[in-house]
Amino acid sequence: MSILTRDGFHALQAEACALLDKSRKVTNVLVCAGTGCIASGSMKVYECLKDACQKRGLQVSVQLKEEAGAKGIHLKKSGCHGFCEIGPLVNIEPLDILYTHVKAEDCEEIVEKTILGGQVIDRLLYKLEGQTYQRRDDIPFYKHQERIVLKDSGKSDAEDLMEYLALGGYSAFEKALFDMTDEQICREVLDSGLRGRGGGGFPTGRKWESVRKNVSDIKYVVCNGDEGDPGAFMDQGVMEGNPHSVIEGMMIAGLAVGSTEGYIYVRAEYPLAVERLRIAIRQAESAGLLGDNILNSGFSFHMHINRGAGAFVCGEGSALTASIEGKRGMPRTKPPRTVDQGLWGKPTVLNNVETFASVPGIILHSAAAYRAHGTDGSPGTKTFALTGNVVNTGLVEVPMGTTLRKIIFDIGGGIKDGKKFKAVQIGGPAGGCLTEEHLDMPLDFDSLKKVGAIVGSGGLVVMDEDTCMVETARFFMHFTQNESCGKCVPCREGTKRMLEILDRIIANEGSPEDLDMLENLADTISTTALCGLGQSACKPVLSTLRYFRDEYLHHVVDHHCPVCNGRKRRLEIKEDLCKGCGKCAKNCPMEAISGHPRTPYVIDNEKCIHCGACWGACPFGAIDAIEEEG
Amino acid sequence: MSMNERLARVGEIIDAHGAQPSQLIAILQETQAANNYLSQEDLTLIADRLGISTAKVYSVATFYENFSLEPKGKHIIRVCDGTACHVRKSQPIYDAIHDYLQLTGKRKTDADGLFTLETVACLGACGLSPVLTLDGEVHAKMTPDSALALLESIRKEELAK
Repeated sequence: MSILTRDGFHALQAEACALLDKSRKVTNVLVCAGTGCIASGSMKVYECLKDACQKRGLQVSVQLKEEAGAKGIHLKKSGCHGFCEIGPLVNIEPLDILYTHVKAEDCEEIVEKTILGGQVIDRLLYKLEGQTYQRRDDIPFYKHQERIVLKDSGKSDAEDLMEYLALGGYSAFEKALFDMTDEQICREVLDSGLRGRGGGGFPTGRKWESVRKNVSDIKYVVCNGDEGDPGAFMDQGVMEGNPHSVIEGMMIAGLAVGSTEGYIYVRAEYPLAVERLRIAIRQAESAGLLGDNILNSGFSFHMHINRGAGAFVCGEGSALTASIEGKRGMPRTKPPRTVDQGLWGKPTVLNNVETFASVPGIILHSAAAYRAHGTDGSPGTKTFALTGNVVNTGLVEVPMGTTLRKIIFDIGGGIKDGKKFKAVQIGGPAGGCLTEEHLDMPLDFDSLKKVGAIVGSGGLVVMDEDTCMVETARFFMHFTQNESCGKCVPCREGTKRMLEILDRIIANEGSPEDLDMLENLADTISTTALCGLGQSACKPVLSTLRYFRDEYLHHVVDHHCPVCNGRKRRLEIKEDLCKGCGKCAKNCPMEAISGHPRTPYVIDNEKCIHCGACWGACPFGAIDAIEEEG
Repeated sequence: MSMNERLARVGEIIDAHGAQPSQLIAILQETQAANNYLSQEDLTLIADRLGISTAKVYSVATFYENFSLEPKGKHIIRVCDGTACHVRKSQPIYDAIHDYLQLTGKRKTDADGLFTLETVACLGACGLSPVLTLDGEVHAKMTPDSALALLESIRKEELAK
């Protein structure tokens, strides 16, 4: 195959743009092919739409390269829209209609009425509070977002390189390759203020600069797609929805640091992401954008995919590189850091998926343009996976510094089933919980650190009033304990002991001393564990102890948790039996009983802790315990 | 499947990876996909061909959750216990299946070898939680009842065969 030159690349891009323009003249039907929608049956919808079109003599082209003809349509599998809850999603352009919850049975009608007739089927539109939304971007879930990394996800075919090119793909790489020096690329990334999206928030530009300066015969670029944090699927969305953007980001990193080998480590649980990345790499290779002597510039870059095998600890840098080398994925002591001795002991750039996907935009539109979003300390946008007891679950991209209130209530639509908001767990098992008092705090790397939480990979799990925070802490401890690799003692043994204590507390067999013991252990583990997994394992326990100590007290003092064990008795004074002696009020430790002598007293159930002191004090048996529902 | 067939397949997989020790995890993954689980003979052959100790191969095979050194059932159910599924009550689903399959102790596969029950920490389909996968296919918004109905239908299909 002849080498693609820079001019050739421009021609290819122009061809892609022309094809896209042309394709926009006919109807484009985009069926969401993200993990969520596929699980809801979107591939069946895709096939049914195809059949229904062909039955009516409509020519169906599934690739940009295929001409649709005057009487044809383009039928594409798009990347994840991020609003999986209302899937399968079908987007129809240029009418700009988003159909939700589409079933195979609906396909005939869609083809007949919408594709051929240009009519909107009201039944399939998104509805909220009596209002119907035709355009995706009008839906409150999308309206309040600011999508940069996820911009093209859901709107283009993730398996078609031409679409990526038509939307400006690989232009940033081309610019970096021909018009910038390695130093300039590092500077631009540093100036943009981009910080690692995997959780740590380390400035990406500084990392690159360190690797660039290291002298070595070979250097590596590694992408961490081992998104193990349960309840987080941002990276999955990007890898499935826009795989080329990750590859392009990695190639730019390769240019910046002088590396020719890139590795993407993807979780085993994401088979579709692996598949899409494979396709993307193959396409880029055959187009001459990956491989040897790219665009005749002398620069070569090769990509490899490694599939994880189900070990959460492999999300840790040194464990991840060990796993790529075919070893047990165990972390090692640092320093030496990955930038000095990473994969195969060579200088290595290790960044998260979202970080790499943010790079092309920075190079193409400048660091200043990137800084226009987000806060001074944390520029840019961040994708969060909003899940749990919230009305709208899905992927949410907002500028750094957005408040939780906006994310949970404006975008997320509030708490499910009209329940009350209790807390949100941010950053998964390594993060902490935020409560009502934090709802108006701007979310960024630094503000979160101050309150004992982290951005982490970006999982936001919303919990309502029916969630016991002690149980939540136990859940995370169980998870980390299970995933502890066993190399260092504090994590291996310490998390086990903490889990035992938490189990005891949940079973209502704990004592108040257990809480001190938990804090003690947490302190020791977080200062002595070898890697981030152990160091942060105690965070959920510490933050729930900090903000929900009363719930722990329910378990260890009352030995009865209103959430876990059901709401218990509500104490009431029977009017007909009460003589108004006031003994109950005198004995109440909470001053929850009030009244006037010789008239019936009343109990304020807001204050009552159900200790039963009044019951013991009443000489007339007037205190009645009523079993509450729940 | 005879032992020779099994080992022949493992040999092909090793060759496809150029017998590189760094490819150990990929080789184990493909071996398991082809042979249902990793047998002692599989591991020994891999160690011999890659020129590393059996202990090393064993250490890697036991480190990662995805590898199984015991035969698995014909159908594999994985109940997601990621945070999102957990807060939307995935545990009762697991418990219901566990009881249905009459599993006890550490046994994950039922007596007739039809089903293996596992948990997985997040499949990334949190918008549809709680979810489970049956042979890799995601089933969304499950309840204990719908999960048992699903298993029951598979069992009926199998009996009909």
